[in-house]
Amino acid sequence: MSKYFRRKLFIYVLTFFLAVTIDWLIPRFMPGNPIQVLIARANLKAESAKVVYSYYMRAFGLDVPIWNQYANFWNALFHGDFGTSLWLFPQPVIKIILRAVPYDILLLLPAILLSWFAGNKFGAFAARSKWLDNTVSPLGYVLTATPYMWLGMLLAWTFGIVLRVLPFSGAYSYALMPTLSWIFIWSLLEHWILPFVSLFMVMFGGWAIGMRNMIIYELEADYSHYLETLGAPRRLIRRYAFRNALLPQITGLALQLGVIVAGALVTEIVFSYPGIGYLILQAIQNHDYFLLQGCFLFVIIGVLLANLAIDVTYVLVDPRTRTGMQGER
Amino acid sequence: MWSRTRLVLCMLLAVSVILGLTGGLVLGQAFPRNETLYTGGKQWGPVSNWNPFMAGNQAMGTIGLCYETLFLYDPLTDQFIPWLAESGKWLSSTVYELKVRQGVKWSDGQPLTAADVKFTFDLGKTAALNITSLWDWLDNIVQVGDYYLEFHFKQALYQEWANNLYNIAIVPQHIWASRNATTVSTGANENPIGSGPYLFFAVDQVKMVWVRNDNWWAKTALGKSVAPKYIVDLVNTSNENSLGLVLQGQEDLNNNYLPGISTLLLGGYALHTYFPGAPYHLAANTAWLDINLQKKPMGDVNFRKALAYAINVADIVSRDYGNMVQAANATGLLPTWDKYVDQAVINSLGTSYDPVKAKQTLTAAGYKDVNGDGFVEAPDGSKIALKIIVPNGWSDWMAAIQIISSNAQAVGINVQPNYPDFNGYLDARLNGTFDLAIDNQQQISNTPWSYYHFIFYDKLADIPSTQGGNYGRYNNPTAFALVSQLDKVPTSDLAGMKAVISQIQTIQLTDLPIIPLWYNGMWAQMSTAYWTGWPSSADGDAHYLPVTWNGYWNMTSILMLCNLTAK
Repeated sequence: MSKYFRRKLFIYVLTFFLAVTIDWLIPRFMPGNPIQVLIARANLKAESAKVVYSYYMRAFGLDVPIWNQYANFWNALFHGDFGTSLWLFPQPVIKIILRAVPYDILLLLPAILLSWFAGNKFGAFAARSKWLDNTVSPLGYVLTATPYMWLGMLLAWTFGIVLRVLPFSGAYSYALMPTLSWIFIWSLLEHWILPFVSLFMVMFGGWAIGMRNMIIYELEADYSHYLETLGAPRRLIRRYAFRNALLPQITGLALQLGVIVAGALVTEIVFSYPGIGYLILQAIQNHDYFLLQGCFLFVIIGVLLANLAIDVTYVLVDPRTRTGMQGER
Repeated sequence: MWSRTRLVLCMLLAVSVILGLTGGLVLGQAFPRNETLYTGGKQWGPVSNWNPFMAGNQAMGTIGLCYETLFLYDPLTDQFIPWLAESGKWLSSTVYELKVRQGVKWSDGQPLTAADVKFTFDLGKTAALNITSLWDWLDNIVQVGDYYLEFHFKQALYQEWANNLYNIAIVPQHIWASRNATTVSTGANENPIGSGPYLFFAVDQVKMVWVRNDNWWAKTALGKSVAPKYIVDLVNTSNENSLGLVLQGQEDLNNNYLPGISTLLLGGYALHTYFPGAPYHLAANTAWLDINLQKKPMGDVNFRKALAYAINVADIVSRDYGNMVQAANATGLLPTWDKYVDQAVINSLGTSYDPVKAKQTLTAAGYKDVNGDGFVEAPDGSKIALKIIVPNGWSDWMAAIQIISSNAQAVGINVQPNYPDFNGYLDARLNGTFDLAIDNQQQISNTPWSYYHFIFYDKLADIPSTQGGNYGRYNNPTAFALVSQLDKVPTSDLAGMKAVISQIQTIQLTDLPIIPLWYNGMWAQMSTAYWTGWPSSADGDAHYLPVTWNGYWNMTSILMLCNLTAK
């Protein structure tokens, strides 16, 4: 078992190194110069802009050769320094990310977990009954094919502007500052509903369809037919089918949880929800190398952790993995 | 069954922990609606700094609400309003006298004196700031007593100096003196201490909150006070979201471009714009067509003329903008600069939409369709295929270049619209690799000099680092000299200014280095749901600029706040 995990660990470290390198490289492939963008927004006098330009090039270490920048990047990273944002200058990247991440978790974690749970239950249920299969499955397809943007705007318009029952902008009332108080928590909940519902509905559709198809596939598998010929009750066969069908869904869930820090871009834009997705979009648009690097670093760590979790979970839930590992000895 | 019992126990535990944590909570404090002004349109990301020297991404109102300038400038009446200064005048051709207003206090109680003013200007010598270039022509500042200064110039650039007077924010010496050059030019300057009507109150991911400074000097000195106790500036994520907030009355003043205002004004929403009818908004800057003169065939003035005749600006104004903008004057000078327009020059040299003339001009200059593809070829027989660029996502501009492209195609010029991302667009202009592009980088100001300085920017080699303008690389030393000459004309000498400007206009309309198109508006959607007394064009109403963008508070927007009343 330890050999299995040692090998996995080695692969993780290697993946981390490569992924971070790519993460560093990709923003620098974008055409244009980030300092130019910074200057363009500042609307400076031409004569002063020249001074400011060379000043910023130095300040961000962009005036040294590219290999040197790469070395500086790793050096800084090992010292826990993520750099300074260009777009939100002079805020440190880590501060910007840490302020945004809680909102992503608040929004996405319940949406992912609940939609996974409900979607799987419903999918499995739908596979069992013709009537449900004819109603829920098409609904699932429609939901999962719905663009978030459109659904979000529809919800915001209906409940926010026409019916005026739910707020549609921000993570809590604009009249409040974050405090540990009932009114704030209530406001947080109220503002959470619409973005949550839009995410939940679309994700739910995806999980439900996946599960339904998987169950049908498993019920047609040899072991199901074998059980059937042995005269096992249908309930038992379905239970085994469900367990097997769940495995890919677990992988899917873990991967979704891994990218949780990347946020839900479109939802955040439609509902002005202050998560990381919107930051990533702006970082790209503003050539903010450092913020982009920082955001993706979190995503890389998240995905790797999620993969590790899958590896461990499979050992626990899938006896075949355990057997395989014993065979290794 | 043991697992279910455990689950129930866990849930009970969780509930009791949450109750325990929150049980002692009091009801949170909210900003009272009738004392709070909600604004939006400046901030497109979390607030990052309050540094008055970091133009561009400083928090909304850093200059204006918190830090103040020596004068305000009112573009609608072309008047300077003494603000932190009591008065200022030229003693001789190179000495400017400034009397600093007495009784002004910083928000920490210290008095604002001439020493602070001198200190602020001196900072430009040591730190890389927007005022650094001022020292190329400013020699020294002499302080006499606590409230009197003399600025001695090596060379007086009167137009530029007047511009500085209402744009440079004065900072307190007792706080900034201990900061090093880096902190001065790029520090976040948290908890800013200014002299203005508002104090820093709070900030979070989605907003910046200012609270009224009840000890503001203008209360006693000018009998003015700002109405809203709180100003909450919201971060924009999308125009759709902003539109929703305005329609709901949650946002009182929004400065985003929101299409379809004419329908919304009639839609029963408590909505107000500066003009009750078209163009609804004041003009903020000129949108013009940058033409890359380094490339063929744009280097040929006849080709540029033909292009100018081909473009149907009226169509852009009505179809693209729904009449929310006005077509630009042939010179591109903003309506507030009307007095500088030499109508005689326009009458003889100006171009306007005339497709027949466009075709004639092309033919006369030797452009004709040789290969029969419907588009003209250059006189030397080479194919013409041009791209016109605007940043992706700028929907009004994207629609505009579609119209321009089809206009050009209609007279036989092959122009295709293209939408790179903002950086690609910026890069193409800075490095001179574009063909045609829309540009609007010069905001309204006290002098047409700023506009001409941009379109006739003379340091061609420096363009990538200075972003000084003239992206088409028009090279004409006579024009450049005239712009410099204009800078040296005293602002009081209207006839002298007009004389120089008339010459510049003659060159501009003869050579057509750019094609002025329309005036972008000071987009301002005001909601009358909670506040009234908004600026408007109507007689008896306040004629102030209703804009929260950088550089606008000091162009009378601050006075708008003094005029508001809660409903």
